[in-house]
Amino acid sequence: MIDLRVRERPDLRPTAAAAASNGQTDIVLMARGLSFWYGDTQVLDGIEIDVPGRQVTAIIGPSGCGKSTFLRCFNRMNELVPGTRVEGAVVFGGRQINDRAVDPVEVRRRIGMVFQKPNPFPKSIYDNVAYGPRVNGFRGSMDDIVESSLRRAALWNEVKDDLKKSGLALSGGQQQRLCIARALAVEPDVLLMDEPCSALDPIATTRIEDLIRELCEQLTIVIVTHNMQQAARVSDRTAFFTVTDAGCGILVEHSETQKLFTSPADERTEAYITGRFG
Amino acid sequence: MPPRALFDTQLKHVQDELILIGSMVEKAIRRSIESLRARDVELARRIVEDDDDIDERYLALREFCIDSIATQQPAAGDLRTLVTGMHVAAELERMGDYAEGIAKISIRMGGEPPLKPLIDIPRMAELAIGMLHRSLTSLTEKDDRMARQVWHDDDEVDQLYDQVFRELLTFMFQNPRNIQRATWLLWVAHNLERIGDRATNIAEQVIYLTTGRTPARDERWPDVGEPPTPAPANGPAPR
Repeated sequence: MIDLRVRERPDLRPTAAAAASNGQTDIVLMARGLSFWYGDTQVLDGIEIDVPGRQVTAIIGPSGCGKSTFLRCFNRMNELVPGTRVEGAVVFGGRQINDRAVDPVEVRRRIGMVFQKPNPFPKSIYDNVAYGPRVNGFRGSMDDIVESSLRRAALWNEVKDDLKKSGLALSGGQQQRLCIARALAVEPDVLLMDEPCSALDPIATTRIEDLIRELCEQLTIVIVTHNMQQAARVSDRTAFFTVTDAGCGILVEHSETQKLFTSPADERTEAYITGRFG
Repeated sequence: MPPRALFDTQLKHVQDELILIGSMVEKAIRRSIESLRARDVELARRIVEDDDDIDERYLALREFCIDSIATQQPAAGDLRTLVTGMHVAAELERMGDYAEGIAKISIRMGGEPPLKPLIDIPRMAELAIGMLHRSLTSLTEKDDRMARQVWHDDDEVDQLYDQVFRELLTFMFQNPRNIQRATWLLWVAHNLERIGDRATNIAEQVIYLTTGRTPARDERWPDVGEPPTPAPANGPAPR
């Protein structure tokens, strides 16, 4: 458990519905009454969600519904944008993390992120993976952690003979897996993925999707995707966000993926996933 | 043009086809009982021939649904409509086979003198046709209450079947010469009982279509306890 400062807030327990639907699964991440502003513009309003551990939670919704912004609330990446404001609570491991007193670097070590476009550093494959452990003062065998991270990211067999090659020389799909290996190298508990396959071809996409299913046996994954079929394929639970007339993102429905895609509870979800939105 | 107008047309086509196939099956059941009652072998032969049309329409509809699933990637209500459409079409096709089976019995009976006046079997047929009709109406109107009622209607068909079974058994005990003709009528009754069961299957699909969940077995008989089980050992029904 990381030492994060606790500020008391009302009722941060998982909702009864989430506890019932998840059986014994622990809730790893929670949002409670989460609202977010870019300047004067509110983009998220009162989001309440429980993310169960060692499962894949997908977030879907139309453009502008705030799903990527919401994802970035989970590891405080939004703070890097000037003029932003957050209200409500994000709870990780029983602690509130959107508190200025909490070290955001430690939060981001425990909650890693993979972005839409592969963004390896202009360094060797080895150094890309070793970067995180080095800056975190890792003192063990760097070779071991690089190899295990590359293996977990299903990239080891393709690069093991050429670890000194630049990460930028890899194909798009390999670069994305390198970024996943880089994120895994600091042993995060949660991996946030913001449309990780949108820049990849179908074969590379399949490899990443297979990897997501393998990784969720060890860690919790939250993925934002525009591709509803991808959400249906890879996730255990799906959250549907939409945008109000005022341009603000709200959570409409969050349930088991199988249920959401076959019999959603809300007609707005039905309209979106059947392509009749708007 | 509204979003997914073309796909909406495809979904409507599925429903229209189900109604059309359902009406063909209903006609086949009526005519099969008529051929039995009137000892009309020619009519029975036409029913057997016409069953090919039902089979072809079923196969075409199934292909259509598979193509739509593959190309349109439906979800939620659209997915349930297509999956339900395939299931219901298969149930209708089997009902058509049961009507064809009755027609084949008519042909077999040919000029044999009737064992007894047909009373309960036509009643069973009317009940089964009513169930078919209501199950399809509940489908088009997405009315799960009506669909649940079809389940209860099946009790009556089952009770009549039990009654017919006992009566025909009596005929067999009375005179072994009756056994063949009684068995033929038993097959007819069995086919009608199965048509009732298929209608309840359609009703079950309607509940899935409208609610997104398949009803549990104990939901099926909330007022009557266990389902009636006549289940006579009468051999395989003719196709």
